[in-house]
Amino acid sequence: MSAKHNILAKLRNSLTGTTPVANNFNEALVTEPWRYSAENRVAHLRTLMEAVHTEIHLCNEADWPRRLGELAHDRQLPSLLVAPGTPQGRRITEHWSTQPDLPALKTYDRPIEEWKKDLFDDTPASFTSTLGAIAATGSLIIWPTRDEPRLMSLVPPVHFALLYASQIYDNLYEAQLKQNWAGGMPTNALLVSGPSKTADIEQVLAYGAHGPKDLIVLIVEDA
Amino acid sequence: MNMQTRIPAVELHEPDFRARAHDALGDPQLRGNFRRAMDSLMTKRAAAFSNPDEREDLRSLGNAIRARALSKLPDLLEQLERNLIRNGVKVHWAETVEEANDIVMSIVNAHEARQVIKGKSMVSEEMEMNDFLGERGIECLEADMGEYIVQMDHEKPSHIIMPAIHKNAGQVGKLFHEKLGVDYTTDVDQLIQIGRRVLRQKFFEADIGVSGVNFAVAETGTLLLVENEGNGRMVTSVPPVHIAVTGIEKVVENLRDTVPLLSLLTRSALGIPITTYVNMISGPRKAHELDGPQEVHLVLLDNGRSQAFADSELRQTLNCIRCGACMNHCPVYTRVGGHAYGEVYPGPIGKIITPHMAGLTKVPDHPSASSLCGACGEVCPVKIPIPALLRRLREENVKAPDAPNRVMRDQGRKYSRKERFIWNAWSTLNTSPALYRVFGFFATRLRSLVPGNVGPWTQNHSAPKPAARSLHEMAREHLSGNSGDKQ
Repeated sequence: MSAKHNILAKLRNSLTGTTPVANNFNEALVTEPWRYSAENRVAHLRTLMEAVHTEIHLCNEADWPRRLGELAHDRQLPSLLVAPGTPQGRRITEHWSTQPDLPALKTYDRPIEEWKKDLFDDTPASFTSTLGAIAATGSLIIWPTRDEPRLMSLVPPVHFALLYASQIYDNLYEAQLKQNWAGGMPTNALLVSGPSKTADIEQVLAYGAHGPKDLIVLIVEDA
Repeated sequence: MNMQTRIPAVELHEPDFRARAHDALGDPQLRGNFRRAMDSLMTKRAAAFSNPDEREDLRSLGNAIRARALSKLPDLLEQLERNLIRNGVKVHWAETVEEANDIVMSIVNAHEARQVIKGKSMVSEEMEMNDFLGERGIECLEADMGEYIVQMDHEKPSHIIMPAIHKNAGQVGKLFHEKLGVDYTTDVDQLIQIGRRVLRQKFFEADIGVSGVNFAVAETGTLLLVENEGNGRMVTSVPPVHIAVTGIEKVVENLRDTVPLLSLLTRSALGIPITTYVNMISGPRKAHELDGPQEVHLVLLDNGRSQAFADSELRQTLNCIRCGACMNHCPVYTRVGGHAYGEVYPGPIGKIITPHMAGLTKVPDHPSASSLCGACGEVCPVKIPIPALLRRLREENVKAPDAPNRVMRDQGRKYSRKERFIWNAWSTLNTSPALYRVFGFFATRLRSLVPGNVGPWTQNHSAPKPAARSLHEMAREHLSGNSGDKQ
């Protein structure tokens, strides 16, 4: 407590006689330059995400599980980690049940301590939902849950994500406001804007640093 | 330049800045590595801020947000602590790096931890946490690719965003070959995959993950981290314990404040609209969750920041969001490189923050290692008037050591009675017309007596020689001689 006391006392002493700066946050500065028409929103997001090596596939509500199956099959993935407890997960298990030659489905249904080695060494791909995206920066919004925990979108080298076009916000400010982030943040919230990358050697861009090497986004055109 | 013809960069071991700068300037490899990197970073930043009106408005907003946060810093720190505790995070305060290291050590001991894996954190560099833990038998490994390379070669980062920018691929390939026993390669993709393989195992094994913090949000009790590699997410979500270390100035009031700051940070640092990952951590794993750390700790470090805070002008130093744009645009940094500064923070921001952390005694040349060209102030995303602060620190550096109203704990490191006397004489001379006239008369009449060697000036210039008659004298004569002239 004494370090805290000393630090705060010093800071308070330095502010003696001053008044706090008024909070006149001008939201127009972070929203107006970042507005997109309904027809441009997906295209803008796509351009930005593809520029950083994200693979994007446009599909519709009826056929996205089939597209996912094709993509997983074409990549010859031995297995795919999914969350059968979510509505999207149920769609996947339904489709998979009719297609015998698709990769085996795995589930993140126990604490990490019980299957850490399996996750790290033997889980080549995962599929998660998203809470939407941000057009201005080309970012997916992901809030990990019990069904889709933090490491599900991080450890497997291939990450599939499902995005509904109707949930693409123009900018981060709008997403924070409309989803009321300030009203209660989850233990972990993420913006993901592509596969993992680094330019730490000679500024040469290399993908697949520590997180997924491939990010594949299925955009359901429902907007 | 052909990879094979590249030679290793010079090792800078001289004890003072001037000598290290001199050595660095003599190394074409080092200068080439920095010149290329800085040119590229400047170009990328310019492209990311293509609309100057938008850029300037955003910089003003960024400055206002940081100024507001600092204007209520103690209250915001307490609000942050309250909300973090409510979220289940343990909060620690440290006045010095020794205290901060002791806190980390007590957490290490409580968990009987043997392996610590660390994401990029400049505050942990201030603490020299790797060495501190290493000396106590705890492995503390850097997980950011650049930091990993630098640590492997027993070096310090040479740039706050690009720690290994002073090395080229050939140097990294040789290092990996020698230290990891892999085949020599200069292929950057292969080198990164080697790092990925080694570090994945370390993420898996680590008992504790350590990270920095980019913004700490008081309103929600959220620690926001930006990164591209995924190591920041790994260290904060794989090991059972996460320790975040940060400076007391990193707090912002509201979550929405992070929107412009985030944009300013990533565009200024790397010229990208956003980093691959923005990782917002508001607490440890909850009972129903299946992963994430069981414990999250935040260590709030002062380490000289409250000294800068005490002066309303120098307080602006703490606006910094650590983007590195000032060093990317600095003609001095680009030429001497990061290691010449000899401290954790190089470049313009290093020159204004290090005197508070390490003291002017340790870095007496920092305030004057600048041409005052102003580029750093122009590009700073939160409008820190770096050139003005450098001038201010120069003043503090030449004050009499016992002068009152002390701001720097070791003011007057470059105080010299002789220099003070000369400036006082100069000041008297220039504020007394009669004295000035007498001086002018003798200076011109005795001009042949000016020595040919006048100290540092004549190293690069010819010695100054007064004119035969002063301008004042000629003007007086001209005006009196033409007094009747209508012209």
